[in-house]
Amino acid sequence: MELILALIVGVLFACGVYALLRRSMIRLVIGLVLVSQAANLLIITAAGLTRDEPPIVSGDGGNSLAEQAAMADPVPQALVLTAIVISFGVVAFALVLVRRAFQTLGTDDLDEIPTADVSDA
Amino acid sequence: MNLLLVVPLLIPLGTAGALLLVRNHLRPQRWVSLAGSIGSLIAAIALFVAVLSDGILVLQMGGWQAPFGITLVADRFSAVMVLVASIVSLSVAVYSLFAADEPRVRFGYYPLIQILMMGVCGAFLTGDIFNLYVWFEVMLIASFVLLSLGGRGAQIEAALKYVTLNLLSSIIFLSATGILYGAVGTLNMADAALRLDALEQQGLVTAMSMLFLTAFGIKAAVFPLFAWLPASYHTPPAAVSALFAGLLTKVGVYALIRVFTLMFDQDPGFTDPLILTIAMLTMVSGVMGAMVQTDLRRILSFHIVSQIGYMIMGLGLGTVLGLAGGIFYMIHHIIVKTTLFLVSGVVARASGSYRLADIGGLYSRYRLLPILFLVPALSLAGIPPFSGFFAKLALVQAGLDAEAWLVVGVSLAVSLVTLYSMTKIWAGAFWSPRPEPTATASSATMPSGPPTVDGHAVAPGPTDTIEPAPARGRPLARAASLRPLLLPIAGMAVLTIAIGIAAEPVYQFSLAAAEELLDPGAYIEAVLGPTP
Repeated sequence: MELILALIVGVLFACGVYALLRRSMIRLVIGLVLVSQAANLLIITAAGLTRDEPPIVSGDGGNSLAEQAAMADPVPQALVLTAIVISFGVVAFALVLVRRAFQTLGTDDLDEIPTADVSDA
Repeated sequence: MNLLLVVPLLIPLGTAGALLLVRNHLRPQRWVSLAGSIGSLIAAIALFVAVLSDGILVLQMGGWQAPFGITLVADRFSAVMVLVASIVSLSVAVYSLFAADEPRVRFGYYPLIQILMMGVCGAFLTGDIFNLYVWFEVMLIASFVLLSLGGRGAQIEAALKYVTLNLLSSIIFLSATGILYGAVGTLNMADAALRLDALEQQGLVTAMSMLFLTAFGIKAAVFPLFAWLPASYHTPPAAVSALFAGLLTKVGVYALIRVFTLMFDQDPGFTDPLILTIAMLTMVSGVMGAMVQTDLRRILSFHIVSQIGYMIMGLGLGTVLGLAGGIFYMIHHIIVKTTLFLVSGVVARASGSYRLADIGGLYSRYRLLPILFLVPALSLAGIPPFSGFFAKLALVQAGLDAEAWLVVGVSLAVSLVTLYSMTKIWAGAFWSPRPEPTATASSATMPSGPPTVDGHAVAPGPTDTIEPAPARGRPLARAASLRPLLLPIAGMAVLTIAIGIAAEPVYQFSLAAAEELLDPGAYIEAVLGPTP
């Protein structure tokens, strides 16, 4: 399972970087989405996978130490939740920015932007 | 329990909330924001004094003991960074009092600045690597909006580059954090430092450190990852770019120093020469970039890159002296760079342009402005008796001690070229005669008369709406109209002189901070409690 997830992380990163390098702005956003998902998956995978053992302490508080050791680690899940929320906000902003860029600059091709980013020497 | 640590975070948050409540009333916004910045400064001073007298302060959030909860830590380095950041924030708030235009204020300019400050202070104070990521995001999202607020073409274009590269850096940071957690099972930096040392796979540790180097390298704008900085810092209003120039990259440098002194100090034989090489290339490429620029703020932006090199050099030398020089340099740089960007805003307000070719004639027209440019500019180039001289002196001495001849030579040459750049601005904007209006410019619609700055309700001044052409030949603004803007700049200029005069105590402080950083035992003990 780790191997499959590791491969998926790799593929996601590769696709994301490829999309980031494209000239179209909307692909830029897609690239950002893909790499941030790859990072989330990486956290879960790197922290170790545990099947069918949710990190829930039983009602009587009587989980034995052995049971607790077998539980899934809740920290990476919390991290990923936080990261998902952050990337959600950021991607929303990026989408608005790209839309605004298309309205203001009249193109979604990054190479065709009338650039201010050169010296006028 | 030490609640002082959380105050520098709560004040900006509370101020931002209060500002949102009065968002439709312009005048209260200005005063609330000013009050918030003053409050932050007082809190930062209190924190600084407490750290000086009591040593490292630690606060376990929510009462969860480290390494399980989130820890806030203030050692000397953090405390001084929070202090300098608050000074910058206050000066920018005062400047904005007179310079911020109404539409921006309506769209949340002041709350965003407070949120940005919260992110910056949080990043300085946290002792938890994932929490550092969260503070970075807080800071970034505020900076994204501040950068693109206004929505001119150039700004949007700059924002696209800035947003993409900074997000990519955050994602690398996040991945590195994930791998770190996978390897050592903790997010607390002090705890991770101990466990990384004990880790068998030291190759993995080096790989992680390189991921962190890349992530923070993008944020700190080191060679070859700095392209986003000069592409974006010249587009927002002067107050915003001054805030960015003073603080954002320095948070990256802070994170680099923190991570490499605390956690990744296992293999200095590999990391130090690498960081030193990066430092050299950063200095050189930044200053070379500045040489060919003709836009005031773009020159200054490239100089930020160049000076990040000096700070990284302090880290790369790996000695107490080197790190002390780096810390001194950071303190000096944050103040001076903010001042210069604020000056550039006043220059643009006076002349209507940021382009050196279009400015001219400021020296004969104004009395105070040239002096207020000259002080930080000479300080930046490292001329005594200003703060920059002592910062560079400390670094060069450290370099000579460490027998790193090449980097010392490069740093001296680069500071000479910095002086050249500052001279170019001086000659172009201040000494050269005011250029005649060109045929195209004079026929274009020109703003009628100087901008009016009347203290509270400011018309959208040229600082915020400059298009490349029409400044030429426009009469310079009245000196009186610029005077309120010079107030924060004068304060900052006095500060750089003061640091120059009081160089010894500041240097001694930097030495103590560097010793603290290079001997992480005390930090770890303060966070985790005494080891049995």
